[in-house]
Amino acid sequence: MKLISSESVPVRTPEDIVAVRQAVRRKAVKLGFGLVDQTKVVTASSELARNTLDYGGGGIVQLEIVESERSKSGLRLIFEDRGPGIPDIDLALSDGYTTGAGMGLGLGGAKRLSHEFEIWSKPGEGTRVSILRWK
Amino acid sequence: MSGPKSKLAEILAKREGDITSAWLELQAKDLKALSASEQMDTARKSRQFMDALKSASREGNLEDIAAVHWNPVRELLSDLSAGRAKAGYSPVETASFVFSLKQALFNILREEIANDPAALADAVWQTTLFIDKLGLFTMEAFQKTREDVISRQQQELLELSTPVVRLWENVLALPLIGTLDSSRTQIVMQNLLDAIVATRSDYAIIDITGVPVVDTLVAQHLLKTVAAARLMGADCMISGIRPQIAQTIIHLGVDLTGVITKATLADAFALAIRRSGFAVTKGGKEAKETNEEKRSAAGAI
Ligand SMILES: Nc1ncnc2c1ncn2[C@@H]1O[C@H](COP(=O)(O)OP(=O)(O)OP(=O)(O)O)[C@@H](O)[C@H]1O
Ligand SMILES: [Mg+2]
Repeated sequence: MKLISSESVPVRTPEDIVAVRQAVRRKAVKLGFGLVDQTKVVTASSELARNTLDYGGGGIVQLEIVESERSKSGLRLIFEDRGPGIPDIDLALSDGYTTGAGMGLGLGGAKRLSHEFEIWSKPGEGTRVSILRWK
Repeated sequence: MSGPKSKLAEILAKREGDITSAWLELQAKDLKALSASEQMDTARKSRQFMDALKSASREGNLEDIAAVHWNPVRELLSDLSAGRAKAGYSPVETASFVFSLKQALFNILREEIANDPAALADAVWQTTLFIDKLGLFTMEAFQKTREDVISRQQQELLELSTPVVRLWENVLALPLIGTLDSSRTQIVMQNLLDAIVATRSDYAIIDITGVPVVDTLVAQHLLKTVAAARLMGADCMISGIRPQIAQTIIHLGVDLTGVITKATLADAFALAIRRSGFAVTKGGKEAKETNEEKRSAAGAI
């Protein structure tokens, strides 16, 4: 997989979440994603950005355009924070589990809306979630 | 402290009239563009302020304007700053009320302590510190009002951008447009609930045609509003769920079973009308609508 371009956007305020969605939408359009794919990746980014802000205490998103060995292009989004981390990732991924006031669907939903999903988290160190959607 | 304090208190008591008229003159210079009624208002406030200043300075300390006996002085200043902030005065124009008093006081102090330069310097210094404190206080009050005004304007804008419309006797619609961040969502949903009560509507339609993304937070707000509307005895439907939104909602795992959803606002409206006992006669379309209704009631979106 080849990295074509990379850009980072901070996630510090609720307005930043809007900015993340807009940046993701722009990239998806640039890559020629159809309306359904755009909506999926933008929605996933909204979920993860909000988790970064609400639970991770803020962080950063890396927006990457990548290309597979077979020249397929994709959009990879990496959300990173130095918050409290997630003690039990499987539990966090299960639908309906929330430690806040949410529906507990964001993390699992973002996974289902993506082609690839990776999560790294360590209590006391932070959380990094990476999703990828191919065109 | 007793020297300058009593000096200021003394000249305020002895020369109040002179100070006031000098002060009003200075203010008139600073605020040239005032209308006659604004000038009268300023004069009235200046007299009240001098009164309050005189009584407070008699009672004590100039250093601590937060002390209780300065309450009336601070209140007058807060009112004046708030009034000027709302009326669109600039910070400088607002502060000139207090700062022009400084010059007036200096002039009188010079006349009164003409024979003792050291005492005059001391009195001027104490007066400067004192007036500056009042000036700062004025600016804080001004700033606070400006902030209140701005945040109120923002709220108003938010409300303006999401009007609840009455489609029919007992049918309300809320066409949502744009990004639903959580503060805006809360306001619009609350507006809808308030309008349901105010208009005693039986049906409310939230149309999300203009909403680009429905994530879990937006979905949660929608579901809460539907539930709250139901508790108030109104049926709340969601219309304008486009195919891409429908797919995304399903992937997220949001359960809309039990919520009446319609493709378009017109469909939802027709359903509301029919349910409230009015006949919709659109030659032959009735059967199709009833089918759609069954599908949505079964949870398909
Ligand atoms: N970046 C993070 N740092 C720490 N904890 C997190 C992070 N992201 C998620 N979590 C934990 O995982 C839980 C589940 O997250 P998920 O996004 O699925 O649900 P939610 O945010 O609680 O609600 P929803 O996303 O449906 O509004 C959260 O309640 C939180 O405890
Ligand atoms: Mg979440």
